[in-house]
Amino acid sequence: MTTAPAPGTGDAPTAFLDVRDLRIHFPTDDGLVKSVDGLSFQLEKGRTLGIVGESGSGKSVTSLGIMGLHTVGQYGRGRARISGEIWLDGKELMGADPDEVRRLRGREMAMIFQDPLSAMHPYFTIGHQITEAYRVHHPDADKKTARKRAVELLDRVGIPQPDRRVDDYPHQFSGGMRQRAMIAMALVNNPELLIADEPTTALDVTVQAQILDLIRDLQKEFGSAVIVITHDLGVVAELADDILVMYGGRCVERGPAEKVFSEPRHPYTWGLLGSMPRIDREQTDRLIPVKGSPPSLINIPSGCAFNPRCPYADVPAGGITRTERPELRLVGGDGAAGGGRHWSACHMAEEERARIWTEEIAPKL
Amino acid sequence: MKDHEGRDGHEDHEGHAMKIPGQHAPSDGPEALLTVEGLVKHFPITKGLLRRQVGAVQAVDGLTFDVRTGETLGVVGESGCGKSTMGRLITRLLEPTGGRVAFQGKDISHLGVAGMRPLRRDIQMIFQDPYSSLNPRHTVGTIVGAPFRLQGIAPEGGVKKEVQRLLELVGLNPEHYNRYPHEFSGGQRQRIGIARALALKPKLVVADEPVSALDVSIQAQVVNLLDDLQDELGLTYVIIAHDLSVIRHVSDRIAVMYLGKLVELTDRTSLYTKPMHPYTKALLSAVPVPDPKRRAKRERILLKGDVPSPISPPSGCRFHTRCWKATDVCKVQEPPLLALEPGHQVACHHPENAPEAAAAGTSGG
Repeated sequence: MTTAPAPGTGDAPTAFLDVRDLRIHFPTDDGLVKSVDGLSFQLEKGRTLGIVGESGSGKSVTSLGIMGLHTVGQYGRGRARISGEIWLDGKELMGADPDEVRRLRGREMAMIFQDPLSAMHPYFTIGHQITEAYRVHHPDADKKTARKRAVELLDRVGIPQPDRRVDDYPHQFSGGMRQRAMIAMALVNNPELLIADEPTTALDVTVQAQILDLIRDLQKEFGSAVIVITHDLGVVAELADDILVMYGGRCVERGPAEKVFSEPRHPYTWGLLGSMPRIDREQTDRLIPVKGSPPSLINIPSGCAFNPRCPYADVPAGGITRTERPELRLVGGDGAAGGGRHWSACHMAEEERARIWTEEIAPKL
Repeated sequence: MKDHEGRDGHEDHEGHAMKIPGQHAPSDGPEALLTVEGLVKHFPITKGLLRRQVGAVQAVDGLTFDVRTGETLGVVGESGCGKSTMGRLITRLLEPTGGRVAFQGKDISHLGVAGMRPLRRDIQMIFQDPYSSLNPRHTVGTIVGAPFRLQGIAPEGGVKKEVQRLLELVGLNPEHYNRYPHEFSGGQRQRIGIARALALKPKLVVADEPVSALDVSIQAQVVNLLDDLQDELGLTYVIIAHDLSVIRHVSDRIAVMYLGKLVELTDRTSLYTKPMHPYTKALLSAVPVPDPKRRAKRERILLKGDVPSPISPPSGCRFHTRCWKATDVCKVQEPPLLALEPGHQVACHHPENAPEAAAAGTSGG
């Protein structure tokens, strides 16, 4: 079950998680916020997908959408308008009964949030919160079994003296331990899909390294599909098998992690790589930032959303970058031979992009 | 025998001459703009109606270093290591509990509001959060022009013209003079904060996490801007950050802090190529590297647990509870900050990468 993700074309789902043309829009007084606007990807069990993007690129909204956590409706303010298809293990979630989705949530798919202090209830003990998550999906289990399961998982995620700490409240845990406890809570029902939204952003570097190791080990052990959402290219490189780069609510580049890092084919990915000071390379004098700032999701630039910030916007003839939205296209024709497929959405000819990367961008990084 | 008030240069110079001759005698290069000796800040913890003091948060506990004219001193450490408190002490937003801060030879450790006022022109600060550090009710013109009003300075050509010049200097449109902070993005707001800090042509700028709240592509813009301004205006920076890649990019010398103490202080190249303190080594190895190919090859030192509480820091070397090289001597004896190599100070009983003689001298206990 670890074949490379393939694009969904037919009606039947082709992968464990198959997201097709996902659109999540929020009507507001100022206009329609198009947080996610036509996103498709596939993920197999045992694989990790890293979704990278800046704030407002739609990455967190996507994850909440998969979990079915948006309030949906046609009327009223602040209600999301969602369309598209989400297939999880052969079941379509978008049109499914909300009760059905609730049964899956927590059992088949679970989520780790960025800030464990606000994601946990301060009034209940850690143990109470983990056992609750367990007993909701195991109505037959008695308290004793559930508690045993909680202690077992706290032990697994590396909490010292789990049989004692299980009765602590969240504020008695340090930041790193809280994040471990939340991972334990997410894993209590052996979910097959785990979504981690900025799992280490609130943590210190040394603790971040511990948590990244833990997530990696747990995935090997549980064999689940994992989505890691982050703005940090370093974190993604540590964890992900495949990478999806988001910009303005759409995917601009997607492919195996090694390809995306070593042969990126989208100017925005180049910009992200050039913006980062690298500890693993020779010292450079200057960073190469992306000019301007991320677009407003109410007023996404026409054509390619990245065109106002792109240094190569004028390379394709006829101003097509400003009028026509580029679709995702395979890099290097059918790249299946290389093990995985690499996609990018850019109007520039592929040879031209390959040349710019090798001659102009890569040497300066 | 310390004279606090130093009303004019003479008295102060006498005080200065009494400097303790010690291992930490600094400056072999250009003159020191700011000298810090044995700096201590304890925040009392009080309890009960009478507010009896029951303990203290030992945020900063004996720092000795200097900042040389024209250099960038980077300060790194995890949360709770006292780096921000240190920044607030040297800008005298806080009054030290003990020790001495001297700016251009003048002792400023205990100056009052009036005594500090003339010095505020020379020492400025850039804050982390571009949202809470700008008054939302004031226009950009008022915010950036405030230093002139407070100091009673009339710039040539009027305040408005000068403010517009500053806005242009930091890459903003001078016509935005009458806009409010909410009309700007995070990166632009950080530029407003920088313009305000530079208004009075300071000599020393202390920046506390200047880019950590910004998106990756915007971070690079601000880092480059700080770099350009330093060249243009001959500024001296103290940059406090937790991100080791950013610190490496911007700093000439780097101080590593752990639980209120300096553990290592040296130039950039030595710190990143041959760190001597085990904590520095672990910190560097924990940084996620944006290169999936290196994932397998990397040798990573995983530290156990979290940073201990600064209310009751461990005895002896404060790092011994997490250090894999710790021996009995580390538990009882605090290692002094010694220059094991010219310009490379370390506080460790068992330093890494140390020259033979020095290593024998410190670890042969």
